Amino acid sequence: MKFFTTRAGTWTGFGAAALVLFGLAPLLLSGFRLGLLAQFLCYAIVAVGIGLAWGRGGMLTLGQGVFFGMGAYLMAMHLKMADAEFRGGPGAVPDFMELAGIRELPAYWAPFASPAFTIAAILVLPTAFAVLLGLAVFKRRVKGAYFAILSQALAGAFAILLIGQQSLGGFNGLSRFRYFFGYNLDDPVNQQMLYFIVAGVLLAVVAVSLQLRRSRYGELLVAVRDAEERVRFLGYDAANVKVVAYAVAALFASVAGAVFVPIVGIISPASIGIVPSIMFILGVAIGGRASLVGPVVGALAVAWAQTALSEQFPSAWTYAQGLMFILVIALLPGGIASTAAVLKRIPTKRATVEATT
Amino acid sequence: MDLLVGQLFTGLSTGSILLLAALGLSLTFGQMGVVNMAHGEFIMAGCYTAYVVQQVVGDAGASLLIALPVGFAVGGAMGLVLETVLIRRLYHRPLDTLLVTFGVGLILQQVARDVFGAPAVNVSVPEALRGGVDLLGVTVPKTRLFIMALAVLAVTAVSLVLRFTPAGRRIRAVVGNRDLAETAGISSRRVDAGPFFIGSGLAGVAGVALTLIGSTSPTTGQSYLVDAFLVVVAGGLGRIKGAVVAAVALGALQAVFETYSTASLAKVGVFIVIVVFLQLRPQGLFTLRTRSLA
Repeated sequence: MKFFTTRAGTWTGFGAAALVLFGLAPLLLSGFRLGLLAQFLCYAIVAVGIGLAWGRGGMLTLGQGVFFGMGAYLMAMHLKMADAEFRGGPGAVPDFMELAGIRELPAYWAPFASPAFTIAAILVLPTAFAVLLGLAVFKRRVKGAYFAILSQALAGAFAILLIGQQSLGGFNGLSRFRYFFGYNLDDPVNQQMLYFIVAGVLLAVVAVSLQLRRSRYGELLVAVRDAEERVRFLGYDAANVKVVAYAVAALFASVAGAVFVPIVGIISPASIGIVPSIMFILGVAIGGRASLVGPVVGALAVAWAQTALSEQFPSAWTYAQGLMFILVIALLPGGIASTAAVLKRIPTKRATVEATT
Repeated sequence: MDLLVGQLFTGLSTGSILLLAALGLSLTFGQMGVVNMAHGEFIMAGCYTAYVVQQVVGDAGASLLIALPVGFAVGGAMGLVLETVLIRRLYHRPLDTLLVTFGVGLILQQVARDVFGAPAVNVSVPEALRGGVDLLGVTVPKTRLFIMALAVLAVTAVSLVLRFTPAGRRIRAVVGNRDLAETAGISSRRVDAGPFFIGSGLAGVAGVALTLIGSTSPTTGQSYLVDAFLVVVAGGLGRIKGAVVAAVALGALQAVFETYSTASLAKVGVFIVIVVFLQLRPQGLFTLRTRSLA
């Protein structure tokens, strides 16, 4: 494993991942399976963010669904506007609004006709919101379980808020998208393009996360996780360190949500509330919260298992989920990434440190 | 005037339900620092206890009286098992406890779904609690009054136990300063089981009471859990007083928001108020004064 921490090893790792994602997967998988993989990769992008905030920073964010949902809804609004414009010319109302009896386009929808505005919003809005919330919470030294519960309450409130918004599709959410920036979503070639976009985003996100971990900032983040007071005594503002990791995780989740929408074709409050948000955590915990690749592997494995098992054995799958939470977190807090170390009983360089705060 | 009294009452009523759900949490989360996400499922277990007891006993009045202590025992027993088997091993990892107990909650929910079915079940309300009473010009459902009385009773009982019994004194000592209490010869591990039993038992009682005002489904507990946690966070850790004030305040706030907007916006409003409130008092309403850094 030591090889992968060197410069050459890093490039080898990325090269191998790129080969698998861009070469092998499209060759071996059918269009349908590739679409599923694209969907799983979206979860993996969220997981990388959680790995940074929770695994390295000790902030258990139970509300990543909020940021995922923000990105998804912002993208969905643009796609809906584009479809409406394509059908009825400028100023037309998206189809679900017509069904709900809304004749006038709500004012906040109008700017989303512009692709540039939408992409800017997806990148800026959730991140800015995370910075604001993070400053409000971390500056007052609200942490640990308090923060976890607040983030969970946020996810709950956000889902309830969306259910109440008829102009955002209410309970049913937004669905039935035809075009993605002018490309027909029914065309298999365009679906494959979406897969390549997601795979590219995932590699980029992992690279950003890696860079953050190896920088001085990454050291500081781990220090804040393990001994926040000491970091403060050394003259650093621990809150700022946390806010950055939280905002980066939010940005990742938002981007994941934005690419999720054209791939899956629907976003509704049911996929971003309290329970989906905590389910993001499961993959990260299984893969290894503090490792770089662990969250990706874990998220892919959980999503794959969910698809394979949940329809055939809905009851057994729920038991399995519960058991995984219990067993992995109680017995193997470092996740799969730490199995080698645990088996050998050789403490590696504290990569499996328990997050105590 | 009527509107004001009505709102005040709705607030008190919502508050007392929150309080029943949060009182047990205030013991386990507040006093021991353990985040028990399965607490909601203990409430749900209380609901189903009431349902089963009624199926067995038949008479609504008698079954309610039987279900209250049985619900306490069921919830308490579940809590005790959870504490000994899992939570005890994770005391210094509060965030991990949260996730582990969430897993337990998932399993309990699925057990309920497999045993009782996913559709909601109903418990019939005793004759004596049907209808309403006129109070200051507004009609108040008797079931709600019953729940308020139950909440008051539960708070009084818990406070008395904590204040005047030797076991309560030990609990307060461990909460105040775990290390110092251990130095004084108190086995903190043994003490921890107590609040967990009582706290989980109270969840069971809350569940029984909730069947009076709503139907029961496997996800019943979950819907109360987040609000109950917010009550404990806003009230301050380890303070029963804080939980009482916060529950009533949040209940009233929710009621007021709901009058002027929708129920969904009310939830968001309450969340914003709590975040702003934590800016002013990050440790919650009432705090134990300690010199620790955390």
